[in-house]
Amino acid sequence: MAVITMTINDELVSGVEGQSLLTLIREQGIELPTLCHLEGLEARGGCRLCLVEVQSTHRLLPACTTTAQEGMAIQTHSERLVRYRRMILELLFAERNHVCAVCVMNGRCELQDEAAKIGMDHVRYDYLVPELPLDASHDKFIIDHNRCILCTRCVSVCDSVEGAHTWDVMGRGVNSRVITDLNQPWGVSRSCTSCGKCVQVCPTGALANKGSTVAEMVKRHDFLQWILDGREKKQWVMQNGGSEGRR
Amino acid sequence: MKRSDLQAMARRELERQQAVRCRLLCCASTPCLSSGAATVQQALEQAVTDNKLDAEVAVVSTGCMGPCSRGPMVTVQVAGQEDIYYENVTPESAQRIVVEHVMANQPVAEKIMPSDLPFFAKQHKIVLANSGLIDPERLEDYVARDGYSALAHALREMTPEEVCAEISKSGLRGRGGAGYPTGLKWDLVRKAPGEKKYVIANGDEGDPGAYMDRTLMESDPHRLLEGMAIAGYAVGADQGFLYVRGEYPIAAKRLEKAIRTAERRGLLGSRVLESSFSFRIDIRIGAGAFVCGEETALMASIMGRRGQPTPRPPYPAQSGLWECPTLINNVETFGNIVPIIAHGADWFASVGTAKSKGSKIFALAGKVDTTGLIEVPMGITLREVIYDIGGGVGEGHTFKAAQTGGPSGGCIPAEHLDTPMDYESLRALGAIMGSGGLIVMDNASCMPDVAKFFMEFCTDESCGKCVPCRVGTVQMHRILERITNGSATAADLQILEELCTMVQETSLCGLGQSAPNPVLSTLRFYREEYEAHIQRRECPAGVCKMTEAPTLALMEALPRRIRELGTIPMSLA
Amino acid sequence: MVESRTRSAASPDLPHPSGDPRFALIDRTLKRFRFQQDALIEVLHTAQEAFGFLEEDLLIYVARQLKLPLSWVYGVATFYHFFSLQPQGEHNCIVCMGTACYVKRAAEIVAALQTAYGIEAGQTTPDGMLSITAARCLGSCGLAPVLIVDGQVLARETPETAIAAVQLAIEASAAAGNGRSSQLDDSYDEEGDL
Repeated sequence: MAVITMTINDELVSGVEGQSLLTLIREQGIELPTLCHLEGLEARGGCRLCLVEVQSTHRLLPACTTTAQEGMAIQTHSERLVRYRRMILELLFAERNHVCAVCVMNGRCELQDEAAKIGMDHVRYDYLVPELPLDASHDKFIIDHNRCILCTRCVSVCDSVEGAHTWDVMGRGVNSRVITDLNQPWGVSRSCTSCGKCVQVCPTGALANKGSTVAEMVKRHDFLQWILDGREKKQWVMQNGGSEGRR
Repeated sequence: MKRSDLQAMARRELERQQAVRCRLLCCASTPCLSSGAATVQQALEQAVTDNKLDAEVAVVSTGCMGPCSRGPMVTVQVAGQEDIYYENVTPESAQRIVVEHVMANQPVAEKIMPSDLPFFAKQHKIVLANSGLIDPERLEDYVARDGYSALAHALREMTPEEVCAEISKSGLRGRGGAGYPTGLKWDLVRKAPGEKKYVIANGDEGDPGAYMDRTLMESDPHRLLEGMAIAGYAVGADQGFLYVRGEYPIAAKRLEKAIRTAERRGLLGSRVLESSFSFRIDIRIGAGAFVCGEETALMASIMGRRGQPTPRPPYPAQSGLWECPTLINNVETFGNIVPIIAHGADWFASVGTAKSKGSKIFALAGKVDTTGLIEVPMGITLREVIYDIGGGVGEGHTFKAAQTGGPSGGCIPAEHLDTPMDYESLRALGAIMGSGGLIVMDNASCMPDVAKFFMEFCTDESCGKCVPCRVGTVQMHRILERITNGSATAADLQILEELCTMVQETSLCGLGQSAPNPVLSTLRFYREEYEAHIQRRECPAGVCKMTEAPTLALMEALPRRIRELGTIPMSLA
Repeated sequence: MVESRTRSAASPDLPHPSGDPRFALIDRTLKRFRFQQDALIEVLHTAQEAFGFLEEDLLIYVARQLKLPLSWVYGVATFYHFFSLQPQGEHNCIVCMGTACYVKRAAEIVAALQTAYGIEAGQTTPDGMLSITAARCLGSCGLAPVLIVDGQVLARETPETAIAAVQLAIEASAAAGNGRSSQLDDSYDEEGDL
């Protein structure tokens, strides 16, 4: 594999041809938020948090879907990018009803983490306060649409890793919603295998184990690499010594 | 069918047309049909039969003649005389046209639309050259006007490389909005590695107020098919898709028929014109989503999926339909191909400006005297379009703004009426050429309300994939709602402007990236109107009803939010 | 769970068990596209044309024939505004809300219709008599503002003439004695379980 060199935040770095910008940036120890992308799932470019400035174009490009190329010069944390990330997070908080204090993921939520890291302490936009249901018809899990940020990780993992394609998105725009089967209660879905992968990859408290209470829910993503390595390489490597915790 | 067969068909058809003394052309495109063109045509046919003129007079249903607000339109062609246009024809006046004009050679004066009007004189028809003159449902009519000879010429005398070079040389740019050089795009697809390639004609004309693509599809379907086939030959594709907006049933029907006829005659399908080139065209009907005008979303829709865009790169030229190199052009762009190949790149490049060549079709609508479809040379001024072609805004009204490019475009004020209509000049004003919708507004329009109208459109049409467009447009719409109901504060205006830039720069596709344009352009030229709404709670145009009052930010908002949510909004534990 | 996937792989040539002849129309489109999954939108177009709206049973049938997951089909059917999952009123009134119509005050027509019939654009009256729809652009900008009542295009309308035209359409069918009784339940069954 050919080695490429490029600059990230004015530092010269080298990577492998074909690598995504996101992988390369994270390899340098630079934190770049992603709420829709998750290592192991197909990159989507939807949340727009991983946008970076690339010198050769005036457009901002999502690091997750952009391939690193020889000679690229990128900025990951310019004043403008940080400002936009904060605005995007504010928009997400305003979109649905994210009440952290009573959320099962309080303290471990990726949305909350990113907001805290960027110093977002209030929202300048109208809370849209949509009336959204909570579906607890499944034996083991619940889905609370009030906390969904439409990242569609659940749709992706269910389709590409589990292969059931129970989840999809209905409607469009701000009225979009994740659904199971024909927008039926999750509990009556005949395609769902109850594997729980969707719950594990969900960045917020939208998908959770039934019965967990405030700040109780713990999610782990390492199963993804475990399954994918096993499937593709016939190798099963436990990450982080198999301990709990996200990423 | 060979080239010589094509020529023979053209000869036979011309003889047939010359055998009659007089042809009565009756517009059968959507606007005229809505005004009763079908009964007018029946009346014409009845009158011809009643007066035993069947042998010498032909009644032909054609495509669009242009001045849609004056429809139903009828053109009378008498051999050796100039064509005469009739407007607002009714079944009764149709009868009179036959009796008085055709039989007694006394034109019905009060229904004539003079052909020396600037409406006709200032136009330059390249794409619409056949529109209104041929029967779109008859291949022979098209062939008689040299139809399919450009394809025959390209297949026999040009290599694919030469075709691409000719298009590049003509300076043709995409007519769908962004104005990317067409020849360059073709060459990229031609050079892209891959066995299987596709050609797509984008007829998902979603811009409310634009209908040139529909008109072209309805009025001259074979020109579009021929243009696509030339493109297929040039880039090495053997399959084309025509994506027709769901609201256009007549266009879809005529195209379907045109494809079947062309396939039967060996002008499409396998071994086109007995060459080694094969090209099939399939129609796909849209299902009501503006975002499908965006090329990656359109391709998702052709593949039967939710019409959501994907990030570019990769561009369709590298990886499009089913990951194959795909050429995607607007319907109007394809309409320019045949004349370029037929008359040469230099001829085409002699029309227009230095950077914008050829002509552009605009759908002129709103507060002008004559509305309709016009094709003008690039670089014509807005003033000529509105005051000469459109006949002005009418007595007692004042021109206020011209809106181009629909929800992705902007408003041009009176002081810029002398701007030439080309890609760069319009963009410099914060408007865009877009697909060619041109809506004229007078003093009765309120600009913040116009911005709100377009923002509501974008909220509704946002696909929901990326956050800035999905939620940002809703927030901008909310602020515009407050501005137009009297409850906005100065801070709102600042937040609105910040949101505009952010959504523009961070959205995934063209819909989101251009959604703030109507707000930004009205803020640029009509800022005082926004300020009047906010500071004085007044709508200068008298459109907005100021029913609400502003709320003081913290003191009011906090308890309200607590009430709404039942708890403190959020805490970062 | 696995069972549902094998069931959906049933022979595509099998006619619909209900014997409803309208399914034959769908089957024809399916065959024309050789049961390719890409044809989903075309098949849904045919289904909606044949049945008027896309009921659940229909979506399940289409999903099985194309071997697609249910949520996929539902996602596509709800993405595009052309498809309706609710039955439409006996009469329909489409108001064009394109830019040209907007400039000529089509919003006032919509508002007047909403007040007169007590429903919003996109809804059907509880008695199933009338659906009001706001369309994006009907492309007849020269005739703005434009209205389509039961397929008939009406040009240069005002709020008063619009209501008169709709009333005329409703009364004409009531006089013919084929008014339909309430068939719609407007219960909100999406509210979830908790």
